[in-house]
Amino acid sequence: MTRALPARPERVLLLGSGALKIGEAGEFDYSGSQCLKALTEEGVYSVVVNPNIATLQTDPPARGRTYFQPVTPEFVEPILESERVDGILLSFGGQTALNCGVTLHRQGTLRRLGVRVLGTPVRGIEETEDRGRFLTLMQRARVPVLKSHPVYSVAEAQRQARDLGFPVIVRVAYTLGGKGGGVARSPEELDRVAERGLRASPAHQILLERYVGSFKQIEYEVVRDRLGNGLTVCNMENVLGMRVHTGDNIVVAPSQTLNDEEYQLLRAAALRAADACGIVGECNIQFALDPRSQEYYAIEINARLSRSSALASKATGYPLAYVAAKLALGYTLPELKNRVTGVTTACFEPALDYVVVKHPRWDLEKFPRAGRELGPTMKSVGEVMGIGSTFPEALLKAVRMTDPRSELVPPPPGREEKAIREDLSHPTPQVLWHVLEGLSAGLSPATISELTWIDPWFVEQLREVQELCRTLGGMPPGAAPIPLLAQGKRLGLSDRALARLLREDEEMLRRRRVAAGLVPHVRMIDTLANEWPSRTNYLYLTYGADADEVGPSPAGSLLVLGSGPYRIGSSVEFDWSTMNLVDGLKAEGVPSVTVLNSNPETVSTDYDRSDRLYFEEITLERVRDVMDKEGFAGVVTSVGGQLPQNLTPLLAACGIPILGTVSDSIDAAEDRERFSSLLEKLTIPQPAWRAFTTVEEAERFCAEVGYPVLVRPSYVLSGAAMRVIPGRADLGRFLSAAVRLSPEHPVVISKFLEGAFELDLDAVSDGEKVWVAALLEHVESAGVHSGDAILVLPPRRTSPRVHQRMVEYAEAMARALRIRGPFNVQFLAVNDEVYVIELNLRASRSLPFVAKATGVPVLREAARAMLGKGLSGQGLAPVPFGRWGVKAPQFSFYQVEGADPLLGVEMQSTGEVACFGPTFPDALVKALVATGVRFVPRGGEAFLSVGGPTLKERLLPAAQRLRALGFSLAATEDTAAYLEAHGVHPVRVLFKIMEPEREPNLKTVLERGELDLILNVPASFTQEKFERMLEDEYWLRRRSVELAVPLFTSLETFTAYVEGLSWLREHPLTVEPLYGSDLPGRTLSLNSPRSVDLSRADRAPSSQKRKGRTPGRSRGWKGTPTSTSTRRRGSGSARGSERRRSPRRAS
Amino acid sequence: MLLEDGTYFEGMGAGASATTTGEVVFTTGMVGYPESLTDPSYRGQILTFTYPLLGNYGVGNPRRRDAFGLPVSFESGSLQVRAALFQNLTEPHHWASALSLPEWARRANVPLLTGIDTRRLTAHLRTKGVLRGLVHVGASLPSRSALARTLARAPRYEEEDLVAQVSPPRAVLVRSGRPRAPLVAVVDCGCKASLLRSLLTRGLDVLRLPASEGVPERFDGRRVAGLFVGNGPGDPATLRGVVEAIAEVRRRDLPTLGICLGQQLLGQAAGATTYKMKFGHRGQNKPVLFPDGRAYILSENHGYAVEAKSLEGTGLRSWAVNPDDGTLEGLRDARGRVLSLQGHPEGGPGPREAGFVFDLFAGKVRRSS
Repeated sequence: MTRALPARPERVLLLGSGALKIGEAGEFDYSGSQCLKALTEEGVYSVVVNPNIATLQTDPPARGRTYFQPVTPEFVEPILESERVDGILLSFGGQTALNCGVTLHRQGTLRRLGVRVLGTPVRGIEETEDRGRFLTLMQRARVPVLKSHPVYSVAEAQRQARDLGFPVIVRVAYTLGGKGGGVARSPEELDRVAERGLRASPAHQILLERYVGSFKQIEYEVVRDRLGNGLTVCNMENVLGMRVHTGDNIVVAPSQTLNDEEYQLLRAAALRAADACGIVGECNIQFALDPRSQEYYAIEINARLSRSSALASKATGYPLAYVAAKLALGYTLPELKNRVTGVTTACFEPALDYVVVKHPRWDLEKFPRAGRELGPTMKSVGEVMGIGSTFPEALLKAVRMTDPRSELVPPPPGREEKAIREDLSHPTPQVLWHVLEGLSAGLSPATISELTWIDPWFVEQLREVQELCRTLGGMPPGAAPIPLLAQGKRLGLSDRALARLLREDEEMLRRRRVAAGLVPHVRMIDTLANEWPSRTNYLYLTYGADADEVGPSPAGSLLVLGSGPYRIGSSVEFDWSTMNLVDGLKAEGVPSVTVLNSNPETVSTDYDRSDRLYFEEITLERVRDVMDKEGFAGVVTSVGGQLPQNLTPLLAACGIPILGTVSDSIDAAEDRERFSSLLEKLTIPQPAWRAFTTVEEAERFCAEVGYPVLVRPSYVLSGAAMRVIPGRADLGRFLSAAVRLSPEHPVVISKFLEGAFELDLDAVSDGEKVWVAALLEHVESAGVHSGDAILVLPPRRTSPRVHQRMVEYAEAMARALRIRGPFNVQFLAVNDEVYVIELNLRASRSLPFVAKATGVPVLREAARAMLGKGLSGQGLAPVPFGRWGVKAPQFSFYQVEGADPLLGVEMQSTGEVACFGPTFPDALVKALVATGVRFVPRGGEAFLSVGGPTLKERLLPAAQRLRALGFSLAATEDTAAYLEAHGVHPVRVLFKIMEPEREPNLKTVLERGELDLILNVPASFTQEKFERMLEDEYWLRRRSVELAVPLFTSLETFTAYVEGLSWLREHPLTVEPLYGSDLPGRTLSLNSPRSVDLSRADRAPSSQKRKGRTPGRSRGWKGTPTSTSTRRRGSGSARGSERRRSPRRAS
Repeated sequence: MLLEDGTYFEGMGAGASATTTGEVVFTTGMVGYPESLTDPSYRGQILTFTYPLLGNYGVGNPRRRDAFGLPVSFESGSLQVRAALFQNLTEPHHWASALSLPEWARRANVPLLTGIDTRRLTAHLRTKGVLRGLVHVGASLPSRSALARTLARAPRYEEEDLVAQVSPPRAVLVRSGRPRAPLVAVVDCGCKASLLRSLLTRGLDVLRLPASEGVPERFDGRRVAGLFVGNGPGDPATLRGVVEAIAEVRRRDLPTLGICLGQQLLGQAAGATTYKMKFGHRGQNKPVLFPDGRAYILSENHGYAVEAKSLEGTGLRSWAVNPDDGTLEGLRDARGRVLSLQGHPEGGPGPREAGFVFDLFAGKVRRSS
């Protein structure tokens, strides 16, 4: 060996990525989990810091401890110290972990504590992150780069852009998901883009480059060991080219339009670049390649695991994160084995004998004001991966995976060519349909390629689909011959799509093709294109194979359906549930458990986590195909969220055995009428409700039960689907403007209980016994979606009588519906009255939080219940004494340009965290800090704006408290007058934005960065986001997000925040592991906790927020590190002193 | 397509309408079909691609030549395979494409067969070892027994004098264009264009010699300063004449580099033996491990290898191995005067980072000239 083997670390700290947000999502649960697997194999004691409660990596460790704390230097430093770790891993937790680690390095903390950065050294990371150093480094490595011009002001940007020529692209260093960047085609656009970028940059620096949007965007995933052995695991091509951020792009692996020279040119450049950065582990390199020559540029390097590396890992079967962790521990590539074959080395480049297509999942309709055009800033919230033998097969699978209702077939004709051309020039999530539409309208592939900048090869591939669809559409019903159907299947068309095109019955078509032997076959992903024999369990189905490669699973085997793509409302928590149930079933003796899922960002799609893995669509057709092959004894649909749950009745109707609660019970809970009569039968109260088909009936009902009411239309014309209506006038307007009322599309109206507390109950039942894992109380009053609310455990504002009723009602419903598995009930409590509003017969979003906080093994018990065994416990589980848990939502409003950060009945958050502590405010502050909410305990100016006298009255206590904490207050005229009249003064009056001539004006004051805290609770309950009169308030909220000023749109959240502020004045925050392999059970001693003191913090605590600071303030990264603002106590805790001390530190 | 063990595949024909026989092999490379199909090492073989899409970027202009007069993006002047098997043909698009793959094959009278489950075929070849096969593309489908008779009558791979078909008929000098460039003799058994280019771009003039002829001490008044033995088709054990010629040159102590078949011939010339592998190494993802812990990914295309045990007493030793199956991947003599690699550091298609062997060789040649 050329270099001495460094000592292998014994105690390692792994930084997680925190809550899921746009640009930083579930892929880091995959990478962290694989990393932990590698650490555990090596016997390393691992300390995980990650507040993301819903992840698998934060489950109780085999050997180590888990901290649910913000991933920021303030919180990580005391953990490094008390845990006495000798190594830290920065590259498995996204940009959050990387930023935190680099700061700890720059502050000298790591050196002081003798903590070694494992893997790529910090120098290498800095060289990839600092644009200037990156360019120099690449030039040294003979890798061409686009000349990039750092500028520090808008004026400077304009001068530079004149030299470069428009269009130019603005990039921001140290951000994720292309956050803050953008393309400017004119000086006017540059003003806006440059200003936004400067604000987003922690260094207050942006980079201007020539815009190469029409180039191909090619990525390589490189692994490299400490000896310099490097290889590329995979390359990927972005179908929408450089124009669209890779996170929002349709990505195909391997590249399809590169010849060998181009492939090798970029591959060699990738390896040289990785060498120059000194990568030890994994990195991702992005290139722009001219579609008309071999001119190319390296765009950027991510010196860490990334979304692309998770995709590459799943696309090839090469466990990138696991290998990267081993390399970071000091192994070399030839020393590691290929885990698929078990005999060959990990030092090889996977050969694919299939095509992989990744498709993003957008949820832009959840953000009504958001722009839909795709560009250099990422907007998608999740992704899926289709595997096939042809590009269309993989692509069409992927499209259905993003949403089982969508099919990539040509849209109906009729639009004008001009409109189609316009759409093609501005790609949106609909771009593929627009391509098909264009082809149908007679545009040539060359024209379409010119407009979309999609390589003509891809357009040609889509043309095959379009032409076949046209042929099929022209056939008389039932006349399509089998070879034509076979062609359709090879191109990835579903039975449903074929049936629609042929105007046939889907079931008949399926029978016809199965009878003719037209079925997909099972293929293995083995990393080596079948060159080596392997018994891999990583499977997919394709119509491009002649025979199945594997036989059925052993008798008694089960299938568990995963979550599908992460999206708003269904995320990593369902992957957690899936895997915990799989483990539970295995532990209960099930011979073989198979997982079916379509999401490459998950742990459940790691083939070594289950007995078999089908990387497939969660659709009725595909699950039936798999069942036909495997004949599983049962299918579990209740742990992957609503997507698999929706299949339950359809699968049951096909005679497929469902494991757990029977389909009819699920229907009884989901069908409003049936559920309502069940509650009546059980004499359980529910808010009054009814379905209506005419406005008159609706108005009569509302008058009867009294306003406000909650209206849920079944057919929506525009805007949010569901809303609270305060009075008769609003009802009429809403029902006529936004909703289509008809017998087929009734509207459901229910009484909206004001001032009600909302509570959740998570439990498991075997049909007889019910084990209630926890009761959760929402901080926000009803009206804020439960996924966007802050949840507290145990409840603190409702009475034991309420809690007792909740448990009783849950037990009654569980018995009535013979629930076998996990379930969740949502309640409203007004005084001591308890109403049931919803029952979900599946694992819920809050389940990981509940299971981790209380230690009730809900899914292990669910496995027992599903297998017909009795539960091992019942009744309401106690919360460990003296522990408070707070689960807080993570929003990604910043990333979605134009999105209104106003909370309502539709969920908008993209992720969540949970933190724990000995008091409610202790846990709350940590949870909020972990989601990027800034605390300003030293005071500042708070702007308060609430509508209506009731709200103003309820605002008073918080306002008084803020004054007492030394905040100065500002408000618009009405609110200011009210506050002063009630003894809160002085209050600075800020004039409305719609009165720009009056100063001091809210707009100027906010823009000048004078406001530190904003409360805006809109006047009307209607939350009419589109109305002109509310434009001001929209602007205020949007601008607060862009300027990173803490914003609250709910009075309850704001009151809790103020409670947190005043707690911080007097108390340091605790830093304690939730559990550890060496801690006695779950009873934690909180006597001498480690702590963090934020009370003197004069800057944003999280790097996330620091990006948005206004000029003139602390600049995070680039500035010299400010004082660590950390106060330490009790460094010699009982546990700490027992531990091995390294000689270096003892001396 | 019919294999000698009776295995039968039906697909869709493309390229030329023809019936052809040869040894059926597979490659796992995902790019570089024009290079592979023109690689003289595939002479006499029917090549299966495990990657499911082929033809994506068309085929470059077959008449284009680089500054050395060598074909660009091809390894020789024409298609060398007897037929190609793959899953799907796609409509090509690429700025450097001059014609489509099927059109190119049709002009070269090479049949293509698509719609084949090549993964299943690969598993079959991997289990049974390479097999002889017949590919028929045409308007009519002869009976299986008729095809079997044709296949039985066809010569075996080892019996064909494939090197004679791809070796140059007479000595050819290719100049690097550099002043005072040393001259390297290339024993040309069907040497790939990118191998020759790897020598030329390193400032070496190249003398391509017919495989059947010996290596002269001087050519055109210039001293031959190095020996290069490149790739080629066929069984090295049948190339006695070439082996003897190389053994003869070895006494001159010239800096020597062998690549692919070249390694096998150098081994034979030193007294080592070679063997036929079950299904060979064909792909672009092969690890090659050197004794210092460094590993390189190499492009490979070989069905024979040097027997490690037979190296004893030959003066050659193992320099690199394949960590997966222990195949000898590199040889050297005690002084490093003779070097060889079983894989293809020149790429074409595939990675090129093991190109340092050309630098080593060029350095030694320059010093000894």
